[in-house]
Amino acid sequence: MLDLAIDVSLVGLALSLALCAIRLVRGPHAVDRVLALDTMTVNVVALLLVLSVAWRTEVFLESILALAVLAFVSTVAIAKYLMRGRVIE
Amino acid sequence: METAAAILLLLGTGFTLIASVGLVRLPDFYTRMHAPTKAGTVGVSSIAAAAAMALPGDPIEIALKAALIIALLFVTAPIGAHMLARAARSARVPATEATHVDELPPAGPL
Repeated sequence: MLDLAIDVSLVGLALSLALCAIRLVRGPHAVDRVLALDTMTVNVVALLLVLSVAWRTEVFLESILALAVLAFVSTVAIAKYLMRGRVIE
Repeated sequence: METAAAILLLLGTGFTLIASVGLVRLPDFYTRMHAPTKAGTVGVSSIAAAAAMALPGDPIEIALKAALIIALLFVTAPIGAHMLARAARSARVPATEATHVDELPPAGPL
């Protein structure tokens, strides 16, 4: 039961990452690409959670937390750069 | 417990897929922004709750770490989306023709 759900989740998250990559290639403006990259990072966080369930280990949780913080900080930095032309004013 | 974790995994995967489909198919940046920041957050939070149920080991520690991940996602996703929306408004990214009300001032910084 749980193993089948893990397999379906891995396939679905891979498909989701492929859709985000489509938007990353096609996005007409830089903001679209930043949004696609942010979504991809959130999907990688979900993928790492599913992998930690699949391998029955808890060593990924801290790295997942660090990756989520890094995604947020990089998104805000790129948004400020696109808005003002510099990150730290 | 395993059945609940499996159901939550499938639910979170469905929400994440819906978020990515919306990211591809919606017509406009301002509409596309809504899909990952709401559906994606709910999907990843469901997957984190499923991981907190299914992982072996100390249950309190794992539940605390999963709750920390969920809280971080819920706090940071709206802030990032808001900053991106402000950047798009500054860069005058065009909206679709279906937009009826546009209160952007014609010139000047935001």
